[in-house]
Amino acid sequence: MTTLSPTSAEPATEPDPAPPSRPARRRAPLLLVLGLAAALLSAALLSAGTGAYGIPVGEVAGSVLHRLHLGGAALDRVGESVLWNVRLPRVVLALLVGASLGCAGALMQGVFGNPLAEPGVIGISAGAAVGAVGAIALGLTFLGNWTVTVCAFAAGLSTVGLVYLLSRSGGRSEVVTLILTGIAVNAFAGALIGLFVFLADNAQISQITFWQLGSLSQATWPKVLAVLPCALAGLAVAPLYARKLDLLALGERSARHLGVDVERLRIVLILVVALLTAAAVAVAGIITFVGLLVPHLLRMAAGPGHRFLIPGSALAGALVLVVADLAARTAVAPAELPLGVLTALFGSPFFFWLLRRTRRRQGGWA
Amino acid sequence: MIGKLLTRTPRRIPARPEPGSQYADARALTVRLGGRTVLDGVHLAATAGEVLALVGPNGAGKSTLLAALAADLPAAGGEVRVDGRPADAWSAPELALRRAVLPQSAALSFPFTVAEVVRMGRAPWAGTPAEDEDGAAVAAAMAATEVTPFSARPFAALSGGERARVALARTLAQRAPLLLLDEPTAALDLRHQELVLRICRQRAAAGDAVVVVLHDLGLASAYADRVAVLHGGRIAAQGPPAEVFEADLLSRIYRQPIEVVAHPGTGTPLVVPVRSR
Repeated sequence: MTTLSPTSAEPATEPDPAPPSRPARRRAPLLLVLGLAAALLSAALLSAGTGAYGIPVGEVAGSVLHRLHLGGAALDRVGESVLWNVRLPRVVLALLVGASLGCAGALMQGVFGNPLAEPGVIGISAGAAVGAVGAIALGLTFLGNWTVTVCAFAAGLSTVGLVYLLSRSGGRSEVVTLILTGIAVNAFAGALIGLFVFLADNAQISQITFWQLGSLSQATWPKVLAVLPCALAGLAVAPLYARKLDLLALGERSARHLGVDVERLRIVLILVVALLTAAAVAVAGIITFVGLLVPHLLRMAAGPGHRFLIPGSALAGALVLVVADLAARTAVAPAELPLGVLTALFGSPFFFWLLRRTRRRQGGWA
Repeated sequence: MIGKLLTRTPRRIPARPEPGSQYADARALTVRLGGRTVLDGVHLAATAGEVLALVGPNGAGKSTLLAALAADLPAAGGEVRVDGRPADAWSAPELALRRAVLPQSAALSFPFTVAEVVRMGRAPWAGTPAEDEDGAAVAAAMAATEVTPFSARPFAALSGGERARVALARTLAQRAPLLLLDEPTAALDLRHQELVLRICRQRAAAGDAVVVVLHDLGLASAYADRVAVLHGGRIAAQGPPAEVFEADLLSRIYRQPIEVVAHPGTGTPLVVPVRSR
């Protein structure tokens, strides 16, 4: 193969043969992943034990180990019932929804090559919301308790398909066209939601409003099972595309020059994002800022490499949502704050701060 | 559809081209962009072991021709062949083993460091035996373009000229037999312009086919084996610089009086605009 050597006339300023590396940056991702995993485990145990019926964290762990046949001890009847029928489904759902949103955000920003993109941009959340609101307003019950979930999921997926088809021309989908199409679809979805609200009676309107605010209070094991396959499939496929997403940061053309089939990458990742976001929105309503903030923070902490960013965002997203849900249901107990309101309330000012800080530090977004 | 999306086709690893053989060529190539014919029946060959310079006034079709050779643009007529096959018959991963492209402007959407950006040039070789030389290729490319001192800095924090050299280092690290460079000297100071063209010569000497778009006719004259002068989407002249750089032709094409004089020492043609003061 060819070798490049500095010419004798012009000695290179630093003829160091070893590839340069920054050890701190290499190690940071691993430490962060371990730290996040530990924090997530403790937050989940704490959340499972906290509430009107308090259970010490040690006993929560004991009961979980007992059910896994790894020792530990079962709680009394009431404790077991509270833990396994009320708390744990909710914690697991928060974990799945958070992981899905965080991962979807990281993927979305990678696909669009824009650190400010978020799953709502191309209209998935709004599309899924149309499905859910429609199901509530029209009083659909063809699938029993799962009707709203399934409708939200179906509508979310078909919205992505629609956005993708509308924004394609000449075998390519340009980012600007995609985002503009997303804006149009968001507006249309908003109109449809308005129409359904107009058609709904008072009881349905309050149900719709509550769902739109985002909440995990209706968590049950069947709901967990409804999300589990989609979330797990999405979370498992996403890391396979990490390296290609890194290359996409160079722009579509350069990524293609480096062997990435950009169109194919887009289709796969948009499907994955649809899977993750629609699943999350279907069970928990519209929860904003997790998908936007989490990847952003991680990028600042350990660099933009997607091999770390994708699993890291899933972990951190899960952590944020487990903690946020704990806060939502304990801050003004016995009442409960809507989760979506809480994340937006804390998320948006924080995001402003992040924006300014990052911009100053790296001198712009390009 | 899902199955098709997830399957990975086996890649054919390219052999080194024979020196002097045509590695890529355009045959009667016509390209239309937005209804306008930008290239019209162009014949051009990139030869292994040679530096070919594309020159011509703004809008002559230089970058379009380079993009067509890179298989970025579909041909409206004629064809582009790379390594013995039509360019569009190669899959993206296989083409990436055969040609490296330096775009006119280097953008990056996330704050990767310089070293990370250069390492991206090795991505096509992942999973092949050549993966073993990743570290050496990255280090050599960074040393050659003199970007090693700021390898740990974020790409976005660099100046325009530094970014251009990092982008070149990424392209060199790819170690593809066909090197397509679109105005690699545009943002560079005098010293680094010379450096970049010396690198082109080294790559050609090592057996690669190098095609480079240049605005500086002096650089083209000094470093290119062959020059193709584009004008209005056609090739007006093609051949060694000493034959092609002729005052009447250049004056007509650039619509600017130009004189060509031989360098007193080397005899290389020097192209200078006629300036009345």
